This record gives sequence, C-alpha cells and structure tokens, in this order.
Amino acid sequence: MRHLLSTRDLRRDEAVRILDIAEDMADVQNREVKKLPTLRGKTVVNLFFEDSTRTRISFEAAAKRLSADVINFSAKGSSVSKGESLKDTAQTLAAMGADGVVIRHHASGAPQVLAQSDWIDAGVVNAGDGTHEHPTQALLDAFTMRRRLHGTASRGRALDGVRVVIVGDILHSRVARSNLWLLETLGAELTFVAPATLVPVGAETWPASVGFDLDAALAEVRPDVLMMLRIQSERMHAAYFPNAREYARQWGLDDERMAALRPDTIVMHPGPMNRGLEISSGAADSAQSTVLEQVANGVSIRMAVLYLLLSGEREALS
Amino acid sequence: MSEQSYLLKGATLPSGAGADILIEGGRIVSTETGAGHGADVAVVDADGLVALPGLVDLHTHLREPGFEQSETVLTGTRAAAAGGFTAVFAMANTLPVADTAGVVEQVQALGRAAGYATVRPIGAVTVGLGGERLSEIGAMAQSRAGVRVFSDDGKCVHDSLLMRRALEYVKTFDGVIAQHAQDPRLTENAQMNEGALSSELGLKGWPAVAEESIIARDVLLAEHVGARLHICHLSTAGSVDVIRWAKARGIQVTAEATPHHLLLTEELIRSYDARYKVNPPLRRDEDVQALREAVADGTIDIIATDHAPHPREAKECEWDAAAFGMVGLESALPVVQTALVDTGLLDWAGVARVLSQAPAAIGRLDGHTHAFEPGSAANVVLVDPAASSVFDLERLHGRSQNSPYLGATLSGSVRWTFHEGFATLRDGVLAPVAEAAVR
Repeated sequence: MRHLLSTRDLRRDEAVRILDIAEDMADVQNREVKKLPTLRGKTVVNLFFEDSTRTRISFEAAAKRLSADVINFSAKGSSVSKGESLKDTAQTLAAMGADGVVIRHHASGAPQVLAQSDWIDAGVVNAGDGTHEHPTQALLDAFTMRRRLHGTASRGRALDGVRVVIVGDILHSRVARSNLWLLETLGAELTFVAPATLVPVGAETWPASVGFDLDAALAEVRPDVLMMLRIQSERMHAAYFPNAREYARQWGLDDERMAALRPDTIVMHPGPMNRGLEISSGAADSAQSTVLEQVANGVSIRMAVLYLLLSGEREALS
Repeated sequence: MSEQSYLLKGATLPSGAGADILIEGGRIVSTETGAGHGADVAVVDADGLVALPGLVDLHTHLREPGFEQSETVLTGTRAAAAGGFTAVFAMANTLPVADTAGVVEQVQALGRAAGYATVRPIGAVTVGLGGERLSEIGAMAQSRAGVRVFSDDGKCVHDSLLMRRALEYVKTFDGVIAQHAQDPRLTENAQMNEGALSSELGLKGWPAVAEESIIARDVLLAEHVGARLHICHLSTAGSVDVIRWAKARGIQVTAEATPHHLLLTEELIRSYDARYKVNPPLRRDEDVQALREAVADGTIDIIATDHAPHPREAKECEWDAAAFGMVGLESALPVVQTALVDTGLLDWAGVARVLSQAPAAIGRLDGHTHAFEPGSAANVVLVDPAASSVFDLERLHGRSQNSPYLGATLSGSVRWTFHEGFATLRDGVLAPVAEAAVR
C-alpha cells in the first residue's frame, strides 16, 4: 500500500484487510499497554490546511500508538497562510524526512496532486479533501457497522446486503462520497436522502438510490444503518433550503422518526453534530447511536492504514 | 519589407491543385506551375506540403502590458509564427486593460516592432472589464490601432442593458462584440464542467446552461438592435443548437470554437492535473462531437486558440488554486488536423476558411487573407500533413509551457510561415529576433 487517496479504487479484499487489521489494532486498545513498536523511527506529518481538531488528534493518537514520531503542521498562522504553495510545503517536509503525510485540504484532489508529484516521496493519506473524499471516515464507518452487526465474528466479512440510508448534504459531503464507493465495494445497499438542492448533478449514475423524502425512504428501506450528515450553516445562506427549522422538520432525525425505526437500526453521525438540527439529542444519545464508537474506531482504522502505508513493503493501492 | 523572393515549388493549394507559389515584394506574384523565376529567388521544396493562407487568430492573450512573466507581444507572436499564424487579435485583459486608445496603440506598435505577425488589439467593452460603463470604444476604433473587435473576454458582459447598449454602439464603427458567455452567478467558483464527473471529483460545477442562456439572450438582443455579435469559445452541444437556430432566423451572429474543445474531454481532469483547467471548461465527449459537426457544417464559423499563457507556479498546484487557460498557438493546426481533417469532417479549403478567411472577415482585417490570387499579400503557411509526432517542449516558442498536449501525438507540422513575404518560420526554425525586428 503506497497511498490512501480514495475509497473508489479500493478492491474488496484490500478493504476487508484494512478492516481486519483494524480489529487487531482495536484489540491492542484493550490492553494495559496500548503502544506497539511497529513504526518506531518513522515520522508522520499531519499536514492540515483546514481546521479539524477531531481528525487530527485521531491520526495523532494512531501514529503515536504505533510509536511513530508525529509532527503537526497546521496551515493557520504558518507560512502557508502567507502564500506558500503546496509544492514548497511538501518539499520542506521532504527535506525534514517525513515518511508519511496525512493531509487535510480544502481543495479537492490536493492529496492526489501531492502523491503524483515528485515533490515528496512519502506515503500520502487523504484525511479529507474539499468535497471529494474522506476515505478513513468511510473505513471507520464500515468497521463500526461490521462490529455492530457481527460482533466478534466480524473478521473476514464484508457488508453484503446491509441496507444503509445516508441523509443530508450529499452535494458537499466527502464522507458521503467515500461511503458511496466503499459500501458498494463491500456489497451494501445504499440510499441517499437529501433536499434536491443538495443532491449532486449526475447522482443518478451512482451506485445508490436517491430520494428526497426521508419518511418515505425510511418506511420503504427499513434500514440496518441510518447515517445523518452534518448540515453547515453557510448552506442556508446560499439558499439550498429556506432555514434550519424547515430542514429539521423535513430531513432531521427527530424523536418521532427515531421511535419509528427498527429497534436494531444503528444511528451514525460523523461528527461534530448539530443537535436539534440534523439529529435530536434523544437520537444521538440513544443505545442505537454509534457516535462515540465511531470516534474510538477511527483510531483503530487510522492505525491500520498507517501500518499498511509505512511498515514493510510499499506498493500501489490506489 | 523583405526583399528576399521565394518560390514555393510543388505546393498543394487548399483546393487540391498543385502550384509553384512565387512571392516577391511581399506579394504573391504567381501560382502557375513551372513559371520562370529570377536567379535570386530562394526555392523552397514544397512537394507534399499544403499551402494555406496565413492563419488568423481572433482570440489570443499576449499578456503585455502587465503580465510579462507569462507572455509578451514578442514571445507571443513568435509562438504565433511557429504555429502558422500571420495575424493575431490580442485580448484586452491586460494591465492596464486595453480600454483606451493609448493602450491599444501601444500593443499594436509592439507587434509591428517585433515583426513576426500582424497584431490587431481587441478593445474592452467596459472600463477596466468592470461590466459597468462602456469604455472609449469610439476612440479605440478611430485610433491608429483601428479596433473593430470589442470584448471583455475573461468576463461576461452580463448586464443585459449594458450588453444591448454595447451591441448598438459598435454599429457606428462597424465593430463587433465578442462575448465571453458565462452567467457569473451560475458559475461562482466553478472549476470544471458540471455533471456526474464533477460530482465525483468534488469540483464545483460550471453548468452548460450558464453558457447557453447568455448566448440565447445575446442573439435575441443582436436581433432586436440589428447588430453584429460574435460568441467566443463556444463549448457545449446546447450552444450549437442556439447558434443554429439564430442563424436560421438571420441573426448576425458568428461563433468560435477552440482547438482544445474540439479534441479534449473532461475525463482528463481525473488526474487533477491543472494543465487541463480552462475556461470554459473541457466538456463531455458528446459536446466535442457536436462542436466538430458544427464546424463542419458552418454553424461554428471559426476556430480560435484562446492562447492563454501562465507561468509554471500557476499550474503546479492544487486544482482550485490553479489558473484557467492553455497555450494553443503552436498546437492549433495539428489539433485541427487531428480532430477535423483526419476524421474527414473538414478539407483543407475548410481549414483555410475557419482559420484564416472567416476570422479575418469577422475582425475586419482587410487585405490580409486570400485565396492565392496573384497580387494578394504574401501571408502563406506551408504545412506537412504527413508528419505525425509527439508534441513536446521543443514545439513551444512562447514564454509559458502550459500546453495540454505535451506528450500527445498530433498530426501535421507547420514548416514555413510567410508574413507579408517575410519568412517568420523557415523549415521549422523561427527567424532571428533581430532580423524580424528590422523588416
């Protein structure tokens, strides 16, 4: 595995292997000493051009538990905000001897540009690029689904036949895109639900059903998994929908919709949540909610990815 | 004026007829096969080469004044000569903007001093390309530069009333408005063609309707006020339909396509390689096919390069941060041959029409292009249509290298270019700068 840039080109056996290694990593998290010596002497740079404390500390915890040295490089307040280019930043990191670069960038494709360039030879992990992809989020989501559905018998399994409904701002969501390709690869059946203004042009060509009416979709699909996406306030100002109240009424997971779900439907959210907008507190804090499990599983998945990227043979994955 | 005379022996004219083209005193003297000539005439073996009238580019960004790190009038016209062009229309989005007589006269003078091609400045429609007040169109028209084409290219004249006034006003000067058709609200921060691919790649979409709706509005305005309208770099199948409808109604509209919109599709953007970032964006294969057919049937009148040089750092970066535009003067004819001639859609007479005669007519470039009649100005290009080669950096002669064709195999090679009888390109080699400058 050379880089992890997207879930789109991840083969099924590769994806299942990442999930299985994450199971091993999760086992380590239950031990008294959580640290493995695997990446001792390796340097991982968290290169964040966009604020995301949650994702950054998740990668930081993952790298440290594998005994890697971690450098956090935040674009805010650095030379990057003074106009230093991606190329110069990458060459600087290369000169410092980075073995792995975890990059979060506001521009779609920036991790791929970095990986294709001759600016730096490090393995590149996409930690979210623009409105393109966020592959480790989709992997941790799949891992979370698999564990809830199959428990200790998860190893080696995919998600065949699992019915997933993802609700919200599909248009701007890199989480939705990464889940789209990964769930397709793992055999799940995906339905997107969103106001028509937040459905991307051409989504009808995607391997997912698309609906506008949440209640109709929930009644028809009876999902195993319901994932609510974060709605950002700037979408309201751009007139994608009239206001927060109307959005919550039409597309929010309120207590009434929550009560109508199957009791074993799991409720997911990539965080951070807008309680009372796309998800009610009742739903977020219920036993069906996996919000905190997703956070814990994120560390295991990122450990697995860094392990595959930085230890042993580096081959092309995507 | 060059004193050197040339005989282009055994050339094939666009009509398909063989000819020995005798050039003397800056004019075509004869095209008769086997006619006698003086001993001081330089004989060019043109056997197997196609002779075309000098190419005319109605849409070139020479970048000077203001952006000399990208291109200058000298370097841009050298690129033009290398591509077989003998005249270029220089777009107005320089710094300062070409919105006064002073700037357009300067650009024209720089072209004359360089000596590689005729430079005809295009004047801005609005002051500073601001889209608010008409620029001094009359002063530019009556200046030494004799401006006839007015454009805010790079920006759309989107205010309907201002567009109407501009169309009306240029009638006084036999001018034409060349519209960059792009609804600004529908394309805020747009990065590539809007469709399934932009959604997958997470790049903000530039929908076809943003171009088509402006063209539809503007042809109706042109009809209403009885003015001439030219549409720059038309890029979608829907735009072709609108132009076809407008022409059938008798509206005075002409349309242009770029070489890249006739060959490349949005699929290239999967690489996030910013060399493929251009405005309007690369479209779907269906659009490319529709544009090719429209050139073949005359719905699209001309091909123009939209040669848009940018320095390396403007392209060596993430997609969103990269500049829009591609250089295109040197690759234009090979791309046109690859996309239209080799596919049987256009013959060489058609190439002469879309790359020389029609753009000269739209731009009111009198006495420049021709059909090889004796007495015509000797603006001539010789092309080797049998040459097929990998397009590489050696082929680029401007200051910038942002070509999308580097590494691609293209048909045809420009061998000789004559500008008013002076050989600006000699068997693939540009004339020395000093020699061109003292003509």
